[in-house]
Amino acid sequence: MTTAPVAEAPAVPMTAKRRGAQLVMLAFAIVVVMGAYASVGLGINGQIPSGTFTYGLGLAALMFAAYGVLAKWAPWADPLLLPLVTLVNGLGLVIIYRIEQTGQGGASATNQLMWTALGVVMFSATLIVLKDHRALQRLTYTMGFIGLGLLVMPLLPFVGREINGARIWIGVGPFTIQPAEFSKLALVIFFAGYLVAKRDVLALAGRRLLFIDLPRARDLGPVLATWGLSLGVLILQKDLGSSLLVFGTFIVMLYVATQRTSWVLIGVLLFIGGAVLAGQLFGHVQARFEVWLHPEAPEFYDRELGGSFQLMQGLFAFGSGGILGTGLGEGFPNLIPLSFSDFIMAVVGEELGLTGLMALLMVYALIVQRGLRTALAARDPFSKLLAGGLSFILAWQVFIIVGGVTRLIPLTGLVTPFMSAGGSALLANWILIALLVRMSDAARRPPPQAIQNEGLTQVFTR
Amino acid sequence: MSELALLLIRLAFLAVLWFFVIAAVGVIRTDLFGPRTAPSANPRKLPTKPAKNIPAKPKRGEPRQMVVTGGPLQGTIINLTEQPITIGRATDSTLVLSDDYASSRHAQLFPQDGQWIVEDLGSTNGTYLDRSKVTRPTPVPLGTPVRIGKTVIELRK
Repeated sequence: MTTAPVAEAPAVPMTAKRRGAQLVMLAFAIVVVMGAYASVGLGINGQIPSGTFTYGLGLAALMFAAYGVLAKWAPWADPLLLPLVTLVNGLGLVIIYRIEQTGQGGASATNQLMWTALGVVMFSATLIVLKDHRALQRLTYTMGFIGLGLLVMPLLPFVGREINGARIWIGVGPFTIQPAEFSKLALVIFFAGYLVAKRDVLALAGRRLLFIDLPRARDLGPVLATWGLSLGVLILQKDLGSSLLVFGTFIVMLYVATQRTSWVLIGVLLFIGGAVLAGQLFGHVQARFEVWLHPEAPEFYDRELGGSFQLMQGLFAFGSGGILGTGLGEGFPNLIPLSFSDFIMAVVGEELGLTGLMALLMVYALIVQRGLRTALAARDPFSKLLAGGLSFILAWQVFIIVGGVTRLIPLTGLVTPFMSAGGSALLANWILIALLVRMSDAARRPPPQAIQNEGLTQVFTR
Repeated sequence: MSELALLLIRLAFLAVLWFFVIAAVGVIRTDLFGPRTAPSANPRKLPTKPAKNIPAKPKRGEPRQMVVTGGPLQGTIINLTEQPITIGRATDSTLVLSDDYASSRHAQLFPQDGQWIVEDLGSTNGTYLDRSKVTRPTPVPLGTPVRIGKTVIELRK
């Protein structure tokens, strides 16, 4: 409390809208993306490809449309979120275009641009419809049910599809949708609403045992429920990635809400227990561990399903990229299976090298930083938890997939946000960014000015 | 396209990519600390601010009274002016304490930019703002207890 007046004094520059900075950064991001397109063409056949302008201007039109919506419906929003996401999404398009040029099946830059357009539509729709994000707090349990429903949907007969050994898709007409991507949003909203309501009891009740505040046994319920849920996903859908994503996010949000280290300890212990158990009992989890520990062993390298061929090809790509990379258009992304989805970071590592990969990770880090800054600036606990949870889930997803591709942790199938080919993830992540933009608008909007004449009613505008 | 040209394009692209990151960090920097011109503009603004404040009555939200809420002098009220307030056992203090735990020149309160600042004047037992010890001049929010020996004071409107 004592520092409150000091903390409020430098808040003055925060209230600036920074439209100029936002436009300049947006244009900069698009120039970088168009430069990348040109560079791909020059690397492949020495010509600037015609796609430079169609894709580049298409992306520019989309992003400036998104900017228009943002300026109209969320004028105080963070100036950096949109440009940063534009860069990542644009570079994803370039890499997919580059992989398409090698003739690898499944990669289509046109499709990805179309999904980006739909993503921007979802972004705009979220901003226009959701005038006040606190409306989501009233939907806490609805969101919980929606999230659960979406998560188990692929298990249902008729709609569920099993592709590449994981049952995480549903078929709608000619399209397949990965509902887990949307369910992660609904679950974060649910966790935020639930923890705001329950955080006092979760934070305070319990007794102290050897430096750690242990919670009461009956308060373990939600943790155990989430743990069971993520184990269920792991076992029934063979989706290691989503399981880790949901459980990790829940534990971190629990920690943010209660500031209690014991929750993190309990979470980590439960997770290690679950992982060891699953590794013992289920073949596909065990295979992931073996491949992670000994990718170079010939019996794993040659194994037909769940072998280490893909991982090793990715590592070779990183190796041949080195510090500065081979240059866009000059690597061999066609040698990596599924290089356009899970292993897109390996292609970046090969063609842009460690330098480019680090720049890209920095951009992700900055997106997360803007989200966490929004959480710090937010005025109510629900917004704080929601912004913190959404930023964390983005960071956590990037960590899980990049860690998997670089063999830091066992490889789990997750898409790289905004980069991997795939519509569901792109749409879900654009909605995630729209929520962050909405919250940063609310957090940065200057509070209504008190009317100096006493006796008049103060007017609040929402 | 020659090897050299491709190499240069490659390096240029990486440089531009990093320049983007640095530009983004620059925007964050301005967001946190204000534009780079702010420090040079401040000294010019500072003299005008008190000039505006002195003739006017204290603005809404600024403290007008210092109230002793604890200790032997409980109930004493001192109206705040632009003059600093000294607190201690010395007889020339604004608030003279007869407290064994207070030093002769214990602490002072002075206004600055519409805020009242408490400063410990090297007392033996220290001055506490809320529960934290005052080690350097610290602004006193409205209604926050300042403890000097057995005496507790706070600012009120």
